[in-house]
Amino acid sequence: MTDTTSETQSNSETHGHSAPPPGEPEPHEQTEAHAANGHGGGHGHSQYPHLAHHFDSPQQQFDAGKLGIWLFLVQEVLFFAGLFCAYTVYRAQHPEIFVYAHYHLDTTMGAVNTCVLLVSSLTAAWAVRNAQLGEKNKLVVNISITILCAFVFLGVKYKEYAHKVHEGTLWGHHFNPQHELWELDSFKSKHPESAKLAEKIAAIQFEGQPKRKGHGEREGSGAEAKAPAPKTPPLPAAMAGAADSDMKVRRIQSLLLQASDETLRPLVAAGIIKHNVLATTGLERPATAHIFFGIYFFMTGLHGIHVIAGIIVWIWMLLKAQRGQFGPNYFGPIDYAALYWHLVDLVWIYLFPLLYLIH
Amino acid sequence: MATTTTTDFVSPEPSTTDNYLNNEKGLLSWLLTLDHKRIGVMYLFSVLASFALGGTFALLIRAELWTPGPTLPGVTADMYNQFFTLHGAIMVFLVIIPGIPAALGNIILPLQLGAKDVAFPRLNLMSYHVWILGACFMLLSLVLGAADTGWTFYTPYSTMTETAVIPAAFGAFVLGFSSIFTGLNFIVTIHKLRPKGMTWFRMPLFVWALYSTALIQVLATPVIAITLLMLIVERTLGIGIFDPALGGDPVLFQHFFWFYSHPAVYIMIVPAFGVISEIIPVFSRKPIFGYKFIALSSVAIAILGFLVWGHHMFTSGQSVLAGTIFSAITFLIAIPTAIKTFNWLATMYKGRIHLETPMLYALAFLWVFTIGGVTGMFLAVMSVDVHLHDTYFVVAHFHYVMMGGSITAFLGGLHYWWPKAFGRMYNEQIGRIGALIVFVGLNLTFFPQFILGSRGMPRRYYNYLEEFEGLHQLSTIGAFALGLGFLLTAYGLLSSLRKKFDAPANPWGATTLEWQTASPPPYYNFATPPEVTQGPYDGYENLEYDEKIRGYVPTKA
Repeated sequence: MTDTTSETQSNSETHGHSAPPPGEPEPHEQTEAHAANGHGGGHGHSQYPHLAHHFDSPQQQFDAGKLGIWLFLVQEVLFFAGLFCAYTVYRAQHPEIFVYAHYHLDTTMGAVNTCVLLVSSLTAAWAVRNAQLGEKNKLVVNISITILCAFVFLGVKYKEYAHKVHEGTLWGHHFNPQHELWELDSFKSKHPESAKLAEKIAAIQFEGQPKRKGHGEREGSGAEAKAPAPKTPPLPAAMAGAADSDMKVRRIQSLLLQASDETLRPLVAAGIIKHNVLATTGLERPATAHIFFGIYFFMTGLHGIHVIAGIIVWIWMLLKAQRGQFGPNYFGPIDYAALYWHLVDLVWIYLFPLLYLIH
Repeated sequence: MATTTTTDFVSPEPSTTDNYLNNEKGLLSWLLTLDHKRIGVMYLFSVLASFALGGTFALLIRAELWTPGPTLPGVTADMYNQFFTLHGAIMVFLVIIPGIPAALGNIILPLQLGAKDVAFPRLNLMSYHVWILGACFMLLSLVLGAADTGWTFYTPYSTMTETAVIPAAFGAFVLGFSSIFTGLNFIVTIHKLRPKGMTWFRMPLFVWALYSTALIQVLATPVIAITLLMLIVERTLGIGIFDPALGGDPVLFQHFFWFYSHPAVYIMIVPAFGVISEIIPVFSRKPIFGYKFIALSSVAIAILGFLVWGHHMFTSGQSVLAGTIFSAITFLIAIPTAIKTFNWLATMYKGRIHLETPMLYALAFLWVFTIGGVTGMFLAVMSVDVHLHDTYFVVAHFHYVMMGGSITAFLGGLHYWWPKAFGRMYNEQIGRIGALIVFVGLNLTFFPQFILGSRGMPRRYYNYLEEFEGLHQLSTIGAFALGLGFLLTAYGLLSSLRKKFDAPANPWGATTLEWQTASPPPYYNFATPPEVTQGPYDGYENLEYDEKIRGYVPTKA
């Protein structure tokens, strides 16, 4: 009754190479001899020990897994997209807090982490090739380096987070920076004149007050402070009620009027000084600067969780690789793990400039 | 026939040999199974149990609303808020979203594709266990001081209330991943495991529906996941993303929430469309009218569903321009939906109608879903919605589409595929009476709510004006009648499980592939993989009823 002839698929000869694009409505090739018990296995399945019973060929299994991992990556992108969306909304509405906050980040450490992840992506891709060629030893080495790089990344991140805890640059009510913008090395080296100007103004503005200013009541090191954060949001470093405040304001404004646009611009961009110099009464911190750090910790934290998940997957792959399970007929898991890892790397590639390299 | 062309066609008589239900015994053989049919059965019972729990809360709500003010002893207004929150959260996240895809789809999809299993059986099992984990967190919320925010978790209340929001939100977060992995599994299965000869346009419409649903599941669910995560982080760490005092924006939550939750309602209804598309041709003995239009309209609804979330937010303060655009695109969704409805009617026209229970549910669906859908269009008109938002009109609308749509179709599909999945015919008389009571009950429950809403009764209110009492009481009577209908239906189905396997392979005379194997199927589904040579609804004329086995067999010609 049937009039269709079974077409030989070119797919089955190409399983050592990258899979054909998914989604084409081609019927898969029927394996010839089906066992009467309907398992569809017969000699086909015993020849390929890693071929699952419900697939007809290693190629079909590989293609299915490939489509599956790509779908998983798509939903991961959508998962992060919400946070990128929040970032976009807040940066569009409050650009100054992003400029202000990024000086608190260590660009060097961020760049190191970027390189580390790029190297790990290289070794991951290389591992796929090793698996395809059945090169067990090289495969084990490359997976190991990938895992090592992942740990280095986490280590650098830990250092950064610890520094932030020490610095008090945390989220929400816990935002309590120990250093003002113009005291930071990153700002001083980029904008030395602006930093000097800010220091002069600060000297006038906080004349007669203890050294640590603008932090509410808390003094001393921020790292061990266990007192609950004040319920009111952090206010701009307001003038702490000076009787001669008028005089101070005039002195500050004369300094500002003498300064060049070049010198003022970084301070205006970071929300330290108002755009209209004559309306400025002193240096301020952007009122909602903590938003940046909330977003920073959420995004990098979520990313870090994905790095940890990747480490677990790679350790699993390492164990399988050491047992010699991968070869030209079976390298799917390495391929899929590497794809996931590339996505983790790609998310960082987006995070790094958006958080660290703000102009 | 659109069936196998090999000679070892499985005997159409009731199965006396091993099938997937009895080939292995013991609890672990179920909890650790990789068989999609067993996983589907487990989902079925889990979903139905959740439905009973969510329904109990519904009855508590309706009982409380019998009179204005306090009615049930010991039920305060705060407790009432918890009732409707749990009712909504359980029904949405535990019942309707997994519902048809996880319970019916898991059993039937590979069978309709002539496949041995879904693409990733272990992922499938994991989806189920993740569902259980999510359900546990929901129950945890129940015992720890159930959330009282409404299932929509709107900020700023949800970030401030002392009730157990975090377990409920985390439960929904976990359940989201169950949904994502099921969707992922189905997409790959449909792409890669179709049989020889089954091109895209020879797939059954249930498969098209599951495919469209799966696309939404994979693309939309991660957004609710991150939203709920943001809510949890906001509650625990005080990041301030939704708190105006810290520079955040509570309406942002609504945008994030509805960006998923609108497509989610299409996750709820599109599989139901698929079930109806399966039942109507069979019980009209006529191929479906407009196959391609129905198939592609599912995809169109899936896509358009992503563009209309703002119609839940007409009164949130978003700009009139935004509201207008959302309103206009919402109107567009009526088009593919109406196309389906007209095509179903056209299928029935000049067919030979058989009024068995599945068809009764399908006919009920046509009536009730149309009411629900059309009232959705009333709400899509921005100027009308401004008056009806947060009234009982909205409650009536979504219950008509979810109860009258999804649940009705679910029950129809459950009766349709019951003999295939369990190898026994349910009691047809009980099935029909149950269907009738359910139909009357749901109309009696929810139609008065349209009137209540248009006269100003707000939703989620424990107390109300005297003038609304009569309509509320009608609605409450209807709710209890509905409950009775469900109980009767459940009895009719479950009591069949005490019989021996007596169902033939093809009791309804359908032409899709799942009917070409025994009822219930062996664990490997098909003795030989079928080949497909024609459309999924062609060939009714080649089947005839055999009295002896009380099922359909190929004609001897």
